[in-house]
Amino acid sequence: MTFSGLVKSIVTGLAVTAFCVPAFAADTIKLGVAGAHSGDLASYGLPTVNAAKVVVEKVNAAGGINGKQVELLIQDDQCKPEQATNVATKLVSDGANVVLGHICSGATKAALPIYTEGKLIAMSPSATNPVLTQSGDYPTFFRTIASDDMQARLGVDFAIDKLGAKKIAVIHDKGDYGKGYAEFARKFIEEGGKAEVVLFEGVTPGAPDYSAVVQKIRRSKADVVIYGGYHPEASKLVNQMRKKRIKAKFVSDDGVKDDTFIKVAGKNAEGVYASGPIDVSNLPMYKEAIAAHVKMFGTEPGAFYPAAYAATVAMLTAIERAGSTDYDAVTAKLRSEFVDTPVGKIKFNERGDAEGVGFSMYQVQNGKYVELK
Amino acid sequence: MDWEFFIELGLGGLTRGSIYALIAIGYTMVYGIIELINFAHGEIYMLGAFTGLIVAGVMGVYGFPAFAILLMAIVIAILYCAAYGYTMEKVAYKPLRGAARLSPLISAIGMSLFLQNYIILAQTSDFLPFPTLIPDFEFMEPIAHIFGSTDLVIVAASAVSMAALTVFIKFTKLGKAMRATAQNRKMAMLLGINADRIISTTFIIGSSLAALGGVLISTHSGQLNFMIGFIAGVKAFTAAVLGGIGSIPGAMLGGLFLGLTESYAAGYISSDYEDVFAFSLLVIFLIFRPSGILGKAPVEKV
Repeated sequence: MTFSGLVKSIVTGLAVTAFCVPAFAADTIKLGVAGAHSGDLASYGLPTVNAAKVVVEKVNAAGGINGKQVELLIQDDQCKPEQATNVATKLVSDGANVVLGHICSGATKAALPIYTEGKLIAMSPSATNPVLTQSGDYPTFFRTIASDDMQARLGVDFAIDKLGAKKIAVIHDKGDYGKGYAEFARKFIEEGGKAEVVLFEGVTPGAPDYSAVVQKIRRSKADVVIYGGYHPEASKLVNQMRKKRIKAKFVSDDGVKDDTFIKVAGKNAEGVYASGPIDVSNLPMYKEAIAAHVKMFGTEPGAFYPAAYAATVAMLTAIERAGSTDYDAVTAKLRSEFVDTPVGKIKFNERGDAEGVGFSMYQVQNGKYVELK
Repeated sequence: MDWEFFIELGLGGLTRGSIYALIAIGYTMVYGIIELINFAHGEIYMLGAFTGLIVAGVMGVYGFPAFAILLMAIVIAILYCAAYGYTMEKVAYKPLRGAARLSPLISAIGMSLFLQNYIILAQTSDFLPFPTLIPDFEFMEPIAHIFGSTDLVIVAASAVSMAALTVFIKFTKLGKAMRATAQNRKMAMLLGINADRIISTTFIIGSSLAALGGVLISTHSGQLNFMIGFIAGVKAFTAAVLGGIGSIPGAMLGGLFLGLTESYAAGYISSDYEDVFAFSLLVIFLIFRPSGILGKAPVEKV
């Protein structure tokens, strides 16, 4: 080969490569993954990256989606809103087709206007702030986790529709979790208009005696008590209510759906209702997802892994069903067709919340929490 | 005005106040004699509750009647806690008798942490259920919805033990020696009173009352863990200061005062601010009457 021949072949090679790149790019589906991958909250974000890697490897090994390979664009927002906007801008300009993320509600909220403008679907496995879906401001946002107010909604609907409550006392433990639940519950009861909130009170965790609150419950003549908080106060409250011969039914949250509650409240725990996450640990796909993580990374997955796995599967399946990455076609599929995921069979409602994900009501029966179907 | 609600809250406050008073006496007696705030006192109360739980667990297996279990649990908890109180004084406070006032205080905080962690290691950090040892009395049934059998037993037991303590302090030789030591330890020693023994006795009595409180309250609230001594201790200490620290009738009065205030504030205003009322009361007292309800302003000795 002469020197000029060498140059020629290099030039040709370069030209071929140069032509190849855009052609190749058009043939991949770009899945953006945004979340906290470093910093204090990295443990919330990294399992999502792992989930995306596991799913994508499986999909690519099986020939990709509609004949295209899936490519990951991983971006770290450290759960900081100002970082999240940068990440979102970068993903949009890099041509991501869909985004898995973000992780924290604050960062997600900061990034969403950019995705809305760029018509880019973002699906979070962990952002639970109710406003994200309920405000209607972010039509491109979806999530595979129940929003914070879902439990309160479930508790209120259960109390009114199943237990026929007319007068409801809402009690909480003054903590973020309990009070948040109680405030949502009060809001839903008042909006529904079918029952009234006759008492809204906080109890002091650790106090030896709740008799003043118990007397107020009696005086309010409530037929259902909705309690937001954790099990130590709940068991004390139930015990003292029953001791003072108050028969009002007791409905509570995930903090009370704990076996310690039954152990401590003993026979007074019988008949208590508490909501808890739908049990998915027996789903074959859930087991498969966990096993795939163990195989790939050698460890048990971290927080939000099943939800992130579900989000990745849901988005890729929707693209496959739509036959393209066109925003309107993909959203239509997300909203209309069920997909099997590790967190159950899900589809999304108009607001972007997953149906079939979240909580169900449990009742203590013979010393055990039994899921009420 | 709704009198029924007023009475209900009053009875609730009475139960709560008796509990505070029982524990407050331990604080106030120790302070009266060696001017030390025994921060580990709440932990003695917690130990009492745990001892009661163990006794109740063992006796429950053999099927003793509830009331026998309750008595036995109280007696053993008292013996056990008295031994703890005695040992605690010997280990943590006696070596510091002549030291600056801050040293025994820090020693007390250390003792408190030690006892909490001891329970975490030896028992558990989880919440445990405490069996209902006080049966529902037939004759209480008509008013059980406002004042149950448990409340009755707590109030009665507190009243009896406080009356007994008052008689003991006022009329027995040991009680006199105790008062003398509280007034002026050096003088009492010069007159042949064994001050060390008096101090030990004080710790034993305070711890016994705390143990009694621990068992009764746990059967009332139905649960316990290693932290229950902390809040009860803080509240009882507040009660002791309200009543005038160092004064035994003051501690009783302070406990009831605090219990009733909390109950009425929770009932008529909001239980969201229960602790706010308790501690605002403390602040107001500290500003306007620092010596408490029955306390005497300290006379500077020249």
